[in-house]
This record gives sequence, structure tokens and C-alpha cells, in this order.
Amino acid sequence: MVEAIQSPAHATYWLVQGRLLFLIIYLLGTACFSYIVARRLQPLFRGERDFRLDQPFRRLGRVLQFWLGQWKHPRYRMAGTIHLLIFAGFLILATRAFSVLALGVSDGFVIPGLSGKAGHIYGIVADYASTVVLFCMVVAAIRRVAFKPARYAVPARYGKGHSADAIFLLALIAILMAADSLFEASQAAALWQQGQTAEFLPVLSLPWMLNKALLSTSLPMLQSLHLGAYLIHDLTFFFLLCYRPFGIQFHVETSLFSVFFAKLDRGKLKPVKWGIPDERLDQVKSFGVKTFEDFTWKHMLDFYSCADCGRCSDNCPSNAAGRPLSPRFLTIKARDYTFLHYPMFGSAKNGQPLVGSVYSEDEIWSCTTCGACEVECPLLVEYIDKIVDLRRGLVDEGNVPQSLQKPLKALESRGNPYGKMTKKRADWVSAGNFGQTCRVKVLNGESAGTLYFVDSITSYDDRIQAIGQATAKILRHVGEDFGILGAAEKDSGHEVRRFGEETLFRALRDHNTQAIRESGAQRIVTSDPHAFNALKHDYKDVPPVEHISQVIAREVKSGRIKFHPAENDKVYTYHDPCYLGRHNQIYDDPRNVLDAIPGLKRVEMRRSRDRSFCCGGGGLMLFYEAKEEERIGVKRVRMAAEAGANVIVTACPYCMVNLEDAIKVAGLEGKVTAIDLAELTDQQLVRERPAA
Amino acid sequence: MEILVCVKRVLDTSENEIELNREGTGIELDEAVYSINEPDNYAVEEALQIVARVGGKVTVVTVGGEDDEEVLRREMAMGAQQGVLLSDAAFNGSDAKGVATILKSFVQKGAYHLILTGVQADDGGAQVGGMLAAMLDYPFASLVNSIEVLPGKLKISREIEGGNREINEIELPCVLSIQTGINEPRYVGMRGIRAVASVPISTYGASELQIDPGTVGKLAAKVKRLDYFVPTLGKGAEMLDGGREDNVERVTELIAAKGGLR
Repeated sequence: MVEAIQSPAHATYWLVQGRLLFLIIYLLGTACFSYIVARRLQPLFRGERDFRLDQPFRRLGRVLQFWLGQWKHPRYRMAGTIHLLIFAGFLILATRAFSVLALGVSDGFVIPGLSGKAGHIYGIVADYASTVVLFCMVVAAIRRVAFKPARYAVPARYGKGHSADAIFLLALIAILMAADSLFEASQAAALWQQGQTAEFLPVLSLPWMLNKALLSTSLPMLQSLHLGAYLIHDLTFFFLLCYRPFGIQFHVETSLFSVFFAKLDRGKLKPVKWGIPDERLDQVKSFGVKTFEDFTWKHMLDFYSCADCGRCSDNCPSNAAGRPLSPRFLTIKARDYTFLHYPMFGSAKNGQPLVGSVYSEDEIWSCTTCGACEVECPLLVEYIDKIVDLRRGLVDEGNVPQSLQKPLKALESRGNPYGKMTKKRADWVSAGNFGQTCRVKVLNGESAGTLYFVDSITSYDDRIQAIGQATAKILRHVGEDFGILGAAEKDSGHEVRRFGEETLFRALRDHNTQAIRESGAQRIVTSDPHAFNALKHDYKDVPPVEHISQVIAREVKSGRIKFHPAENDKVYTYHDPCYLGRHNQIYDDPRNVLDAIPGLKRVEMRRSRDRSFCCGGGGLMLFYEAKEEERIGVKRVRMAAEAGANVIVTACPYCMVNLEDAIKVAGLEGKVTAIDLAELTDQQLVRERPAA
Repeated sequence: MEILVCVKRVLDTSENEIELNREGTGIELDEAVYSINEPDNYAVEEALQIVARVGGKVTVVTVGGEDDEEVLRREMAMGAQQGVLLSDAAFNGSDAKGVATILKSFVQKGAYHLILTGVQADDGGAQVGGMLAAMLDYPFASLVNSIEVLPGKLKISREIEGGNREINEIELPCVLSIQTGINEPRYVGMRGIRAVASVPISTYGASELQIDPGTVGKLAAKVKRLDYFVPTLGKGAEMLDGGREDNVERVTELIAAKGGLR
């Protein structure tokens, strides 16, 4: 059979035989790519240790779910769908790209297993895949240029926009798809013109359309197109390969690893240093992240993997309130730092402190650790651990905002951030007539099966004590034998730790752990999600802990808790506290409790469950004077009003403080009120009538 | 520059609910929490910042007993290279002049270019700094809220009534009392304090300082505290019960009337 058209391997390009030319291109391209990746990996070897090889099967499962399954992408329907199609297209076309490249050096190369029928079917799928990818490139470009989704915008303080780079990458991929299709279509057209059977081109695929357009093109022209398309395909392929590590497209290579090595246990913070036992922590010279190389290698990998999709910042409450923090740029700025300080040629320039140059102090203190960014990130990039590590570095340098120094000092001397007397910690149990209606044991001499861990704000804050009292009444109603630690309790240290004061946190934790164990309690209940999270994830060797909403939900089911009907002029909405919802996945229990109240009308806010919008932050965040345009809490109460609710139910003392303040600031007093789930439960509770 | 900062351990007023003891001669000290006198903390921070700019060494000194080592350690954790405790049974009950006498003897043992004190102690009368300067025959400036080091002298600004500033030149060696707000003192955590826990603190008594015990202590004190009382609560705050707009207007008026708005 006479060849209808000359193949690239046999053709001559500017006096050079195709086979030789392509071999050179491949060798050069591969060498370049290897060199670039090796340079990019350089900082990772200088980073801190990070143990990420435990539970390999669970990790593989997450690769299947989040990488192969693109689990988080549909959370943004349009962008998610486009990405899903491109991702699927790339997976399908990887094989085809390899076999097309191979044709440059080996004529008629066929991947084993893809000859015959399988090859035909694969060819059809691949033709459609490249068509879909090209189509997606066009849609994505139109979105970037015409619709400009707000989350892609780059605020002036973070530099120039990223759209030009994005469009350039889209164009490169589009060229790749078009060149591949043209290569195939020109050959098919030539064969057809000579009456030979060509490879079947599926209807409406890109090669099919090009083929139709080329049917009457002259043979020499088809020959030029065939060879030219091939050359362009190969050059684009290697250019793209080597260009990707210079921008967001690097995630094509790194995402698989990022997802595999991603953090498994949410709610748990990374230790100060991996592999250093507690007792040797005092010998560690420096705490936290001060210079870039203090990040762990995995956190550096995160910087490369970020695809700049902006979903983190789109969901970040601090960013929404105009605080100087955007998780997206936390990553982008660090990535730019590596590009600048670990250049392709020459030696690395490292060692400069990050805060003060790359990051500002306010940026690092602005995070409420609500976790919205992490829940949203399709690539499972970690933010809270990095923020906490940066704060540890600041604390270690003595760089703590004045507004936080007083409460931290008070936590050290008094065990609570307010500087209130230790002996007054249990005063709330005898306040007003509560003492007569509900006796609360102090587990100092007395014993009980259940410990109610109250924590500082509920013990001392006049308003929040009501939540403590409601909790105690509920526990009593369901017949729980419980008590509190009283003066022996200190702050759980949840925020102390998240604000980077690890040593103080450890002192508080060790004190509480001993007090809890000495109390002899078998289980712990708390009404504070922050204490709940601390006891569950930060403490070791303490009895199992439950949040009061879990207890109420269970007792509603058991029938021990029954409710009076709700007032019917009220519309309720439930605000998910971050440390109950996102960090501990307790979304349904509080809602089930509300729905068990007869006649209660409940609506959901625009942002709820794992997309809940933080109230503004708890613990030490109440003391921090953030630079912001509008309070985070004000945004939240507006969302409740938009949803048509006039009662916001929450299950966290800090949410209560922030929301009640925000209602006043937003001018919604008298229109919207806030109530804790425990307070509402206590208020609606049907109490057995005393026997006549 | 060799800098000496005189510090004091005081009852932490922000963390104590001050109540009189039963005799009415002092404060109920059960569960009391102590801390570094706040203005002294600013003085130490300023000394550290000066040394960071022009080099030198910062020494912190206090007059007191073993318990007072706590504040020396805290300031050493901030970065002061040396802590000195001046302690002797003969020092007990000293009035401000007695304390200044003790400090003077210590200063004369060394060669300090600059001596800083806090503007005043929470439980004191802003006397020691001035007296110390007079005893040493050094120039003195109070209420200092910025320091610039020039050759052989300092350019300082002082806070004067109404928040205005006055700029002075002062020759070294000198004594300055530091106003809060001159800087933002760095944070000292437990970790920092633990790191200096085993650094020795030099202790000097009356004989090492060549102090005549008759010039200090309770017997030499010419100022004695007779009584201590907590003012009775006055009339409570004025409650505004109008609407939101009215209240805002009324508050604005009230603040303006008191000179708070211009």
C-alpha cells in the first residue's frame, strides 16, 4: 500500500529528518521538565518534617474521592462541571498524547492493547474528549473575559490580575487539542481523496468537523497541514509541560500528591514539630514558622498545588468582612516567594522572616480558624495549620498584639482571659434564684458520673451564664448525675493554642487533664463547641466528650425530652458554630432538636452546614481588634434576616456574644433575636407536673 | 550603651478585685496576682529597642525579696541580659527616698549611661526616678515618650498636659521616667520565662552596696502610710432611655460638653 501522506517520522523538516527532530525535541523537553521540577522540589527538602504516610489505604481512598472523583468540584456548579470535563478529558487523552508523541519517532506506533477494536473505540472516545476539552477552553475563556466571576478578581494590594496568564494557558491547551485533531483530520482527508479507508472519525467531533472542511483541500496542502500540525502539537506539548511549573497549572502534576498526603484528621492541629515528644519540646530552639523553610514540605507542596480558583477566599468570613486576609493570597504569595527565592538558576536566597515582608501581622491574626477555606478547597490545601504555625512564630518572637497580651497574661495567672478570680469560677451556680431551683455539684469531694466542662466564658460572662444554667437544668431534667470542676477548672486553652501560645496551652491542658481525671467522671458534656473540640482533639487521656446538642438530640429520641409548641409568629434559623459543624460534623443533631419542637418554623440561611459563615470568632478573637470594614457577625445576622428568620438559634457561647452584638450593630434589634439551643430547649421543655 | 532599668513588682490592678482587708490598713491579698509594674515594662522594651539600634546591654534591677525575682525573670525573658535583686532585711519598709538611696548605691557600682524607670508605679508616687537622679547628680526627664540617641546625648520628647509633646536634648548619663505608649512591649510567654529560669540573678545586700542601714528601711522612712480606703461608689451612670437616634445625639452632646469632641 502506497502511503497516502508522509508521516512525521519519515518527513523532512528543514533538511532534518522528522524522526531525529522529534527525538531531539523529546529529549530536550523531558530534560527541561526534569530540571525544572527538580528545582521546584528543592525547597521541599529544606522544609520541616511532616509525617504523611500513615493510613495509606485511607489516603488512597481519598485520592479516589477527591482527585479522581473530583468530589468538591460540583460545589461550584458551573466551574466545577467545566473542570470535571477537562479533568476527564485529560485523563482520557493522556494515553493518546503518549501514542501521538511516539509516532514522531516510531511510525505507526500503537500502544499495546489499543490495536484493533479497542483502539477504534478508544479513538472515538479520545476524539470526543479533545472536542469537549477544546469547547471547555472556549467556555472558560469567555467566563474569564466576559462574565468575570468575582472570586477571580485580584484586589489591588495583591498585585496584577491573573486573567492574562489564565487565558494564555487555556489557549495553549486549545492549541494542543486543535493541532492533534488537525493532524488526524488531514490524514483522513488525504486517505479519503485517494479512495483509501481512513480511521473512522466520530460525528460532530473536532477531527470530524476539520475533516469535512478539508475534503476538497489539495493533497500537498494536506501534507503540509499534517506535518505542521504534528510539529505544533509536539512543541506545544513540551512548552506546556515546562511552563506549568511556573504557574497555577503545576497542579496538574502536584495535585495527586497533595491529595494523597492531605491531612486526615480535621479539628486536630499539627504539633509544633513533627517527631518531637512533648517532654522534649522545651529544648526546641524556635517555635512555629518564621522563615519560609519553617513550613513543612507538605505545606510547601500546597503552595504549588493551589489552582488559584478563589473558592477559599470566596468563603472566608475574614475576607468578606474586609480584614486583610485572603487564604488564596496566603498561598499565592508564598508560591511567588518560592519562585523568587528558589530561582531556576543560581542558589536559593532564603532566611528572611515572612511576617513583615510577605505577610503582615494583621493578616496572620485575622483568621478565625473557622475552616471554611479548607472545606471548600478541591485540592485539600491546609490553611489553619499554617496560620497557627505562623502565629507560633510570632508568639515566639514576642510579636503579639497588645490587645491579646492582657488576656494571655490573665490566662497564665488566673486560668481565664478576663483576669477574674479563680474562686469565683463557680459563682454562676448560685447566682440569683438558680441556686435554689437547680443544685449543681462541684466535684471537689463530691463525685458524679458526668462532668459538665463549663469553660471560662460560660463561667464568668453575665449573659453566657444563662447558657450554663440552661445546660445544667437540661442535664438535671434527663436525670444525669453530673457536676462541675468549679475553681479546679481552667480555660480549655482551645484558642490559646490556635493563637500560637503552645506552651501556655500545654500548661492549661495538663492542669485540666489532671483535674478531670481526679474528678472520677466517666464522661464529659460541654455546652461550648470550642471546649468540645479541645477536649476531643487537643487533649489526651480524658473521658469521652459530648456537646450538649448531642445529649438533647438523644433524649428527644428517647422521649425524655418533650417540648411545648413553639410560638407561631416566629421563624427560626440555625447558625452552625464552626467548631460544632465544620470541625466536628455535628449538623443534624441541633436541627433535629429544633424540628422536634411542635409547630416550629425553621428556615435555612444562604450559607449553612459546612458552608456556614463564622460569627466572627471565639475565645481570644473576642479581644482582638481586627481591621475590618464590617463586622463578620453583622454579615451573618443579615443573612438570617434575608432568610426571613427572626430568631437565630446557635449552640456556642461565642456565637451568642458575636450575634447579639451584631444584631445591635446591624440595627436589627427588636426584629431579630439570638438564643442558644440549650436555652431554647430549657424554655420549651415540658416538665413533669409534681405528683398531686 | 549600658542601660539600667529599675523595675517593680506590683499587684496587678487589671486582674485583682481590690478589696480592703479587715483592718482597713491595706488590700486583701488572698489570691492576689502580681505582675511587673506596667510602665516599667515599657521602659525595658525601650531599653531593648535602643540596644538593638546602637548596641550595648540592658540590666534590670529591683529592690525587694525572693518573690520579686519573678518580674526580673519576665524582663530577662524579654531580652534583658542581666537581672539584679537588691535585697536585705534592712531595706524593708523603705519609703521612696530609701529606695532611691539603695538604687543610687547600686548605680555607683557600675557604669551606666542611661537609667530608665517607669513613669510611676501602680502603688507608688512617681518619686524614685527624680530622687535617684538628684542623688546621682544626673539630669532627669519625666514622662518621656520617645528617645533618639545622639552622640553623648539624647533627643527625647515628653508628654505634657493635653497630649502635647515637648522636645528636649538631655546629656548622658541621665535618668528618664518612661511614659506608657512609648512603644509596644513584646509578649513574654511561659516558654520565654522557662528559657531563662536557670540564668543566675545577682543579689546584693546592704553591706555589698556599702549602705548605712540607718539611712534606709522602716526607721529611716519619713513618709508613713496611715490609712487606705476605697472611694465609695458615686451616683451610677446616667442612663439614656430615648430612642436610638435621640440617644446618639444626647451622647454626642455630653461628650462635646466635656471637651471630648472638637
